[in-house]
Amino acid sequence: MSPALTVFFVLAALSVIGALSLILQKHPIHSALSLIVVMVSLAGLYLLLGAEFVAAVQIIVYGGAIMVLFVFVIMLLNASAEEHTDFSKLAKFGGLPLALALTGLLAAAMIRNGGAVPNSTTPDALASTTDISMMLFSTFVYPFELTSFLILVAIMGALVLAQREKKT
Amino acid sequence: VNAVTTFLTQDGGFWVLTLVKIALLLFIVLTVNAYLTWFERKVVALMQSRVGPHRVGPHGLLQPAADGLKFLFKEDVMPGGVDKFVYLLAPFLALTLALASLAVIPFGPKPLPPPFTFFGHQIDLWITNPEIGLLVLFSITALGVYGVALAGWASNSKYPLLGGLRSSAQMISYELSMTMSVVGVLLMANSFSLTKIISLQDSSKWGLLSWNIFTFHGGFPQIVGFLCFFISAIAETNRVPFDLPEAESELVAGFHTEYSSFKFAMFFIAEYTSMITVSSLCAILFFGGWNSPFPATWTFTHFIPSLILIPFGLWVIFDGVKYETVFGKVILPGLGAAIAGVGTLLLAGLWIAPLYEVSEYIQGPFWLLSKIFFFLFFYVWARGTLPRFRYDQLMNIGWKLLLPVSIANVIITAGCVLRWGHP
Repeated sequence: MSPALTVFFVLAALSVIGALSLILQKHPIHSALSLIVVMVSLAGLYLLLGAEFVAAVQIIVYGGAIMVLFVFVIMLLNASAEEHTDFSKLAKFGGLPLALALTGLLAAAMIRNGGAVPNSTTPDALASTTDISMMLFSTFVYPFELTSFLILVAIMGALVLAQREKKT
Repeated sequence: VNAVTTFLTQDGGFWVLTLVKIALLLFIVLTVNAYLTWFERKVVALMQSRVGPHRVGPHGLLQPAADGLKFLFKEDVMPGGVDKFVYLLAPFLALTLALASLAVIPFGPKPLPPPFTFFGHQIDLWITNPEIGLLVLFSITALGVYGVALAGWASNSKYPLLGGLRSSAQMISYELSMTMSVVGVLLMANSFSLTKIISLQDSSKWGLLSWNIFTFHGGFPQIVGFLCFFISAIAETNRVPFDLPEAESELVAGFHTEYSSFKFAMFFIAEYTSMITVSSLCAILFFGGWNSPFPATWTFTHFIPSLILIPFGLWVIFDGVKYETVFGKVILPGLGAAIAGVGTLLLAGLWIAPLYEVSEYIQGPFWLLSKIFFFLFFYVWARGTLPRFRYDQLMNIGWKLLLPVSIANVIITAGCVLRWGHP
């Protein structure tokens, strides 16, 4: 097994364990910490694929900013440990079969053409500022602009929700 | 083949060399940290017309060692009702992340000259030099919040919780303006690599006028960017006047109230290490890094280290003989003689060619370390003079002043780069 493959398996195992722990932990803070582990090990996987910029941004945005907000809110509300409940009926009869079906589908697709999954075409281009901006503003300009609309809508929503009631 | 796979297929010599470099850097940084506390106490004492530490060793020079021993031998109290795992994780996270950020800081331009190699590997003055160096630093800073926030939460106590909440809010707010304020530099350098950012500020022709903070070449002077960056960085490191997470008049000691013994020391070391990181970043991004402030034709400026070392060494000898203790009578004059001797050897480079080469080689590290030292002094200076901000003032400065100003700086710089920038 090549060193890169070993690192891949370690990171993959870490992210799967983190995701499981996220669901199984009782305390919200522990769940949030598990999610941080998932985010950081995903960044490691991106790094392994040669996407250095994406890996750094993954940690800065998801591992840092977003998860700090999660932790902040959990601390602010002083949320305490939750009790685990039994499966709801919807989850038992709708969710479980669907999850199994999705797993099966993914596994089948991977087994059928596992070796043929193509590598990233431009692995080294993902580190330099010029190449990233060229891609962002030419190939992916529509998704990029649409995302900014999405963020604008979210900001407006936050403003409307946080607005103080008008005094009569 | 990418950076990670190349890294994984390196031979044994590379690994040994890197580990040795890491150990050396850790040793130096931890020692510097210890003496930074001494320096801070002395400077603040001078500003307040006091003497400062002076009982342990001459000028209190052994005070850091005494403090370190005290931290090690104090009882390690684990308060009741804490979340054990997170309580132990928090100081560990804070310290490792702070120390890890030093790995990407380049301390000198050239590797050691040819005879000094390690099994065919050249010895660079940095541990690693990734293409995305600045982003690595920012991602480590982004994770650094957890040390403080989790310490506050896990302590199961009111004051630490308030301190942790304050620090998370403060760090989220100031991270934005800190990241925004370096975009100007990135636009001018067109790269995230710290070594490339420094080499573009090459001052061999115009001296300090080609540093990012002053240059009009290929962009716009980043003086506003620098001010925004430095203020936000002080807030990120929880230092005065932004030390609300540990405001002792309100929160006892803030997030580390419930930490004792060496776990407290870990937070302390983490704070001082991030001060060093921020100071090096200021020097690298805005003040030309290892570039000398003088044009390359002024070769006589190569002897500035001697001009500092010789008088300092003589002063240490003179000062040492006044003491009655062994440390003062023997060690201080010896140290002074060594310092003055190094200075004299460098000065002898005027006549002896190999010594001149040494003198030329240490120019880069000398200037970078001098700049880092200046910014560390600035930190202490701010601590000695400025009162703490109120919480609403802190939020207003972050969101309503620094963020808009740094965005305006980005727009102006982008315009200038578009008009006069590199092709």
